Amino acid sequence: MSGLSLGEALIANQTGPDGIVSSWGVALTPVCCAEMESGAANPVIEFRDVSYRVDGTQVLCSLNLEVARGETLVLLGRSGSGKTTTLKLVNRLVTQTSGEIFVNGSRHSEVDVIRLRRGIGYVIQEVGLFPHFTVAKNIGLVPKIEGWKEERISGRVSELLQLVGLPLEIASRYPHQLSGGQRQRVGVARALAADPEILLMDEPFGALDPLTRDELQRELFLLQKRLHKTVVFVTHDLREALRLGSRIALMEAGKLVTVLAPSEFLKSDDPWASAYVRAFGDGLESAANRGAS
Amino acid sequence: MNVVRFLLQNHTQVLELTLEHLWLVGWSTAFAMLIGIPLGIAIALRPRLNKPVLASANIIQTIPSLALFGFLLPVPWLGARSDRLAILALTLYALLPIIRNTYAGIRGVDPAVVEAGRGMGLTEMQLLYQVELPLAVSVILSGVRIAVVISVGLATIAAAIGAGGLGEFIFRGLAMVDDRVILAGAIPAAMLALLADFGVGWLERRLRPR
Repeated sequence: MSGLSLGEALIANQTGPDGIVSSWGVALTPVCCAEMESGAANPVIEFRDVSYRVDGTQVLCSLNLEVARGETLVLLGRSGSGKTTTLKLVNRLVTQTSGEIFVNGSRHSEVDVIRLRRGIGYVIQEVGLFPHFTVAKNIGLVPKIEGWKEERISGRVSELLQLVGLPLEIASRYPHQLSGGQRQRVGVARALAADPEILLMDEPFGALDPLTRDELQRELFLLQKRLHKTVVFVTHDLREALRLGSRIALMEAGKLVTVLAPSEFLKSDDPWASAYVRAFGDGLESAANRGAS
Repeated sequence: MNVVRFLLQNHTQVLELTLEHLWLVGWSTAFAMLIGIPLGIAIALRPRLNKPVLASANIIQTIPSLALFGFLLPVPWLGARSDRLAILALTLYALLPIIRNTYAGIRGVDPAVVEAGRGMGLTEMQLLYQVELPLAVSVILSGVRIAVVISVGLATIAAAIGAGGLGEFIFRGLAMVDDRVILAGAIPAAMLALLADFGVGWLERRLRPR
């Protein structure tokens, strides 16, 4: 609850000087948090004592974690902390060496992997758009292999382009003709194409310039308030975690350190959490004052 | 311009030998693609097969061509018709560039794109046909292009075992110590190689993903 209000506060603070409203066309409306918290009773994703080793390295160590319906769980940690591995366990791009994962109550290993993945949107930092497909074909690929009719696909493509704030004429362009921010928007649209319940995002904004990143974070936050997807979001950026997360799972060296709401995170006396807050907290001011001291 | 005159005077035979040459190169390239592309795909997807397959293709490539034609001569069904034999030998030589470029083309596809596709729920077959092959096609074709150019040159040697082709002129010219006759074989062969290089190159550019 407080997490969302903090996120909103951050967004309110960082709205542009001329008070730009999101190009995703969503107005800031109060969100129903009660619904999200009640969702915790039957988690959409559940990790039970999950470990993953590869070539003798313990990448993940008995992870226990639940992701509630409609929440945005941020996996925060530095490179090598196991956050991306955790994400890839969800769509089985990586298979755990021990422990169990449940998605929507069914045991992960018993579900057909292709069906599982088609029900999960996946967005990565490198975007991974198919360079030989137009934007429309990129977005429409999963619907197409799911056997949708042409008209339904093109309708869905227009709808999604609008949703992520892209002009419709972009549909016939190729990925190399787009800017980084546009590509990432297409990546989000593609992930949403078959209307998956779960969205996995692996540092989707990591490669963008700060202004574009800021814009996309804000729009994603507003989009999420409308769509109520269950989102797992990987980042190493505390600011991004605070802005987007309803809960933040802090990871370090393959272990889950703690799970906190954004407001709790700032006050936490956990050594790792406070180290993070310190590293980000006075970052800007001390950087700006480096000549003065 | 003695060569030109010779070519003109013997134009029916030049045409005939050129067609024979094309016959040898065409079939061998087709067979090499039919075998080499699937093999290249297989070793790209199953890296454990990579070493033995590429090593075998490499070894074939090191056998001197005249010797290979000779080795194959006693093989029953093949030896009966020298053009079959020549096609087999040329196919073997064309394999290496095709296998290697198919392998390199597929391995060269951006791993982020492949991972995104897999994460979206494409099956391995869909990934191969919709993503990996279309993105690798120009690299694969440049392997075919190398194979064709090598084959056009090598096919001249097929005349040594009586398989015909423009090598006939070359060997005859050598025996007669007549430059005109050698060139009457060599020039059309070189032109064929250039044409094939240009043709496949054009196709390669047409199919290159943007």
